[in-house]
Amino acid sequence: MARVARTLLSANLSSAKTTTMATTSEPVAATSNPPTSASLLSIRNVAKHFGKNIVLRDISLEIAEGEFLTILGESGSGKTTLLRILAGFEQSTSGEVWMSGERLDTEPPYRRRVNTVFQSYALFPHMTVEQNVGYGLAIAKRPAAEIQSRVAEALAKVKMSAYAKSKPSKISGGQQQRIALARALVNRPRLLLLDEPLSALDANLRRQMQVELKALQREVGITFIFVTHDQEEAMVMSDRIALLRSGELEQVASPREIYNRPATSYTAQFIGHTNLLHADVRQGTATCGALQWPTSLPDGAAFFSLRPECIHPASGSPSNATIRFRANLRDQAFHGATDLLRVESAGGLILTIRAASRDLRNSEAPLEFEFSAADAIPVRATSLSSTFQERA
Amino acid sequence: MFSRAYRTAITVPPLVWVAVFLLVPYLLMFCYSFWSVSESQAIVHSWNLDNYQELLTKTVYWHTLLRSMWIAARVMFFSMLLGYPLAYFLSFYAGGRKDLYYQLVIIPLWVSYLVRAYAWKTILGTDGVLNTLLQYVHLTSHPLDFLLYSPFAVVLTLTHIYTPFTFLPIYASLEHIPRNLVEASHDLGATPAQTFWRVIFPLSIPGVLAGATFAFVLSLGDFLAPLLLGGPSGIMISNIVVSLFGAAYNWPLGAAISLCMLALVLGLIFFSERLEKKWSFQ
Repeated sequence: MARVARTLLSANLSSAKTTTMATTSEPVAATSNPPTSASLLSIRNVAKHFGKNIVLRDISLEIAEGEFLTILGESGSGKTTLLRILAGFEQSTSGEVWMSGERLDTEPPYRRRVNTVFQSYALFPHMTVEQNVGYGLAIAKRPAAEIQSRVAEALAKVKMSAYAKSKPSKISGGQQQRIALARALVNRPRLLLLDEPLSALDANLRRQMQVELKALQREVGITFIFVTHDQEEAMVMSDRIALLRSGELEQVASPREIYNRPATSYTAQFIGHTNLLHADVRQGTATCGALQWPTSLPDGAAFFSLRPECIHPASGSPSNATIRFRANLRDQAFHGATDLLRVESAGGLILTIRAASRDLRNSEAPLEFEFSAADAIPVRATSLSSTFQERA
Repeated sequence: MFSRAYRTAITVPPLVWVAVFLLVPYLLMFCYSFWSVSESQAIVHSWNLDNYQELLTKTVYWHTLLRSMWIAARVMFFSMLLGYPLAYFLSFYAGGRKDLYYQLVIIPLWVSYLVRAYAWKTILGTDGVLNTLLQYVHLTSHPLDFLLYSPFAVVLTLTHIYTPFTFLPIYASLEHIPRNLVEASHDLGATPAQTFWRVIFPLSIPGVLAGATFAFVLSLGDFLAPLLLGGPSGIMISNIVVSLFGAAYNWPLGAAISLCMLALVLGLIFFSERLEKKWSFQ
C-alpha cells in the first residue's frame, strides 16, 4: 500500500516537474546550474491568510536539488511569509509542502532539515561565534571532537576562523552575516533559506558577498532559496527567479529568460528598465504613437516591452526588420559606459534609450533611432502596485 | 546649547532635594550611631563604638537579622517561582491579551500595602476565610493557629506583595529578547524546552537578578507584615529598629542597626548590578 502511494507520489512529482521545466525551456546561461530532474522541494497550492488579509494565494513551485532559486518581490508581496512557511515559523492556511517525498509543512521547525539565515542574522548574543556555529550540532548531541572540527571547517569556509572566540556584538555586520551563514551550513541542511541576508550591508560589501555566496552555494551543493527585493541581486545570483506579486507568482524563469521574455508588463517593468508600449494591433501591424512594427498578435489592444538597450542610434541603411523613428532629446543621464536618454518621438511618446556614452545635450535637431521588431516583446497586462510606481 | 542660568535652574532643585531629604538624614544617622544614651534618657554626643560592639556581641540582633534574611530569601524564592512563569507566559504566549494581563498584574500595586496585609489577616485568622473553609469541608476540626502570627504568614504576605516587583523586571527582560533568536534556535533543531534553557533563560538573567534583588531587599527591610501578621516568632530586624527609635528610645543603637542594614543592602545591590552587567548583551 505504502509502496503504491510512493510510486504514485513520485509519478506526481515528475509530471509536476515537466510542467515547470516546459516554462523554463529558454537555454540557461552557461554559468548557472540547470535544474536537475530530481525535485527536492514541492510547494503545492500554498495559501496564507492573516485574518481577512490574503498574503499568499495558490503558490505552486518545484525546486530542484542543488538549485539556487530566488524569490523576488516588493515589500508586502508575501516573499518572507512564503519563506517562513518553508522554515516552519508560519503555518500555511491551505496547501502542502513536500521535501524529497515527505510532508514538510506538518513538521515543527526543529524537525526540518532546513536551516535559515535571518535578515538580522539572529546570532545568540550570549554565545561566542564558535558556540553560535556549534549550536545546531550541540543540540543534535554530536561528539565534542566532531563539533569542534566541523565548526572550525565552517568558520574557515566563511573566512572567520580568527573570530571563533569573539562575541557577536564585537564583530561587524558583514562578519555577523558570515557567521549566520556558517551556523546554518554547518548542519548540512537539505535546504538553506536566506531572508534578505545582504540587505543590511553596504553596496560594495554586498556585491562581494553576492559573488561569494553564489560560489559557496556551488561548492557545497545545497539548495538555496534566497529572498530579496533587489532585482539586480536576483539576476546576478539565481538559477531561477520566482517573481512574486501581491501573493501570487507572476513568473518563474531563469534570469535571462525573465529579462528577455517577460510574460507580463509587471515583470517587464520590475526586472530592469523597460519601455512599456500600449499598442493597437490591426492586421499584423502594431501601432503606438508614430511607431509601427509587424506582429503576429491578433487585432486589438496589446502591451509590448521594449528594453532601452534594444533601441540604437540609427546607422547604415534600414533593413526590413528594423523600425526607424525620429525623436527629440528630452534629457540625458550619464551612467559610465552607457547613457540613459529620454526622447520624445512624434505624437508625444516618451522612450528611454540606453546607448553608448556620448554627449548629445547640444543637439537641437531630432535624432534618428531604430529598433528591431523582434525586440518588442508582447506582454500580458498586469497593473503595477503603488510602491512600484513610486520607484519607477 | 542651554544657557548657564537655565541649566542651574533645572539642576539645583533636585540636588537640594536629595541633599536635604537623603544625605542629611543619612549623615545624622551616621553621627547618631556613634553616640550613646545616658541613664536619664538623653542623647550623649560623645563618639564611641559601643553601639557596634553591642550589635556584634548580643545574639538577639544577630538572630533577628538572620531570621529576616531567611524570610527575605524565602520571599525571593517564592516570588521568583510565581513571577517568572507568569512573565514568561505573558511575554511569549498571551498574544493579543498581553496588555490586559499586564494591567491585571499591576493593579494590586495600586491598592494600599496595609489593605493587602489586612486582607491576609482576615484570610489566615482563627475565624478567617481559610480556617472556616477547612472546617466546613472537615479537613480539620479546630482552627489551625500556625496560619496567622508566624513566619509563614509573613512569607506568604510578602510574597503576594512583592511578586509584581519580581515580575516586572523579568517581563521587561523577556520582552527584550528578539523573537528571531527563538526562531533561530528552533531552526537549528532545538525543541521548545531546549530553546528555553539555552537561549531564553540565559538572556533573561538580568531581569531575574533585578527581580530577586527587589524581592530580597524590600522584604528584608519590611516591618509592617511582621508587625501585623508575624507574631513573636515572626519579628524582623526592622521591627527592632522601629522599637529602638520608639518605645525603647535608643536612637544611637537604632541608627547603628540601620546603617548596617544599609551597608548590607548596598552591597547586595552592587553585587547584583555587577552580575547583571556580566549577563547583559544588548
